[in-house]
Amino acid sequence: MERIPILKMGRYLLVTIQVDMHDRLAMALQDDLMEQIRRHHAEGVLIDISALDLVDSFIGRMLGNIAAMARILDADTVVTGMRPAVAITLVELGLSLTGVRTALNVERGMELLDTAREERETGDGRRQG
Amino acid sequence: MAVVRDEQVSVRSEDEVVRVRQFAREWAISLGFGLVDQTKIVTAASELARNTVIYGGGGTVRFQALNDGPRRGLRLTFEDTGPGIADLQLALKDGYSTGTGLGLGLSGAKRLMSEFEIHSTPGQGTRVAVTRWK
Repeated sequence: MERIPILKMGRYLLVTIQVDMHDRLAMALQDDLMEQIRRHHAEGVLIDISALDLVDSFIGRMLGNIAAMARILDADTVVTGMRPAVAITLVELGLSLTGVRTALNVERGMELLDTAREERETGDGRRQG
Repeated sequence: MAVVRDEQVSVRSEDEVVRVRQFAREWAISLGFGLVDQTKIVTAASELARNTVIYGGGGTVRFQALNDGPRRGLRLTFEDTGPGIADLQLALKDGYSTGTGLGLGLSGAKRLMSEFEIHSTPGQGTRVAVTRWK
């Protein structure tokens, strides 16, 4: 079966979604990512969607699920590169992607993951308490 | 109101949902819709096509280019012969779903398009027509 590749970059996993995903492919990505987080003890996941020209409720839900599941596995998630037209449509559709961190591009996304790490390591992170 | 172009495709599987999205994109571009409108049309098409497959057991999508005086529009009609929807008002509520989704398919598609029409007869099927005017 067709799969979306997951790249390991140091402590993080990087996914670039470049195909028009059917629903099975989106579900497979979710499962694959969880397995890779566990295998590599990844501390963060970066999902770049700059090539996607649509995010519907199914893909939106997948992004939210990945962020929630990764959190339980002690990894942060950031979604990068969402196109403005996609963002406008998502909000009108009724999806606000609560709980999903976003950044304009991959570089800023990496910075966001680094910052989240540092906060956690210095002990004043949001996960305490 | 005149229909200037008319085409029907089947939507019976996830792969065909993807194809409907691509079709919707091509039609929206050929009718001169801007990028944001294209994205709204394609997203609404994706939601409704998925509903047709999951809840309706598959069906058809009809693409129609409309001329109404100076107005140009794109109408998409999704039709299935599935179990139908018993309570339309409930089905149109945000967050209501009988499946495993978010319950945003119908209500979301309605918000993304200019016009929305739904007819459903329990036991016979469902027809959803959405139009976006330029």
